[in-house]
Amino acid sequence: MIEVLYFAWLRERIGLPRERVETAAATVADLVAELSAREDRYALAFADLASVRVALDQELSSFDAPLAGVREVAFFPPMTGG
Amino acid sequence: MRLRLQAEPFALGAEAQAFAEAQAGAGAVVTFTGLVRDNAGQLSAMEIEHYPGMTEKAIGAMMDQAQARWALEDALVIHRHGRLLPGEAIMMVATAARHRAEAFAAAEFLMDYLKSRAPFWKKEFGADGAEWVAARDADEAALTRW
Repeated sequence: MIEVLYFAWLRERIGLPRERVETAAATVADLVAELSAREDRYALAFADLASVRVALDQELSSFDAPLAGVREVAFFPPMTGG
Repeated sequence: MRLRLQAEPFALGAEAQAFAEAQAGAGAVVTFTGLVRDNAGQLSAMEIEHYPGMTEKAIGAMMDQAQARWALEDALVIHRHGRLLPGEAIMMVATAARHRAEAFAAAEFLMDYLKSRAPFWKKEFGADGAEWVAARDADEAALTRW
């Protein structure tokens, strides 16, 4: 089980701030493919991965990163702080 | 080195004063403040979302890096989240160093990193509805100079 978090317009499109996901996905890209196959709202949110960033256990990461040992995955758009 | 994330407004003058007064070995204090910009009177409010936990980690790492690189005496970051009105202060950075060049450089470094590597997202509310603020290529490009 991993905790999956969504922020900003990803949270709005998917309609949830977080959920627990039972998955055997090996990489972030595999998890995205799994979620996108579930329902249209996921496919829509993940349609353009160039505008999506991912953090694994609260550290910025990449879509080809492995999920082994990861407890928390977060998806969000490019950050706009400051 | 202190970081504060808060929904409430902060008093810029009082924060800057307290920060400067706490310095013993510094000869220079630089402060920067970011405001909610009202684009031609079109903005009614801004909402800032963040990622509790990662925000603290990411900014803490930036502050550690800045301290090591410019031998800072001290640094302070205050960043707000939640609903803000035009003209309100979003955040402030203060740096203290022995000399001004280090204090300025470290403040700019922290600002550049806060813009693109701290997990905050801004949403603008106006007469035509609400829109998430898009990240600017220039902000990402600014990181290459460090």
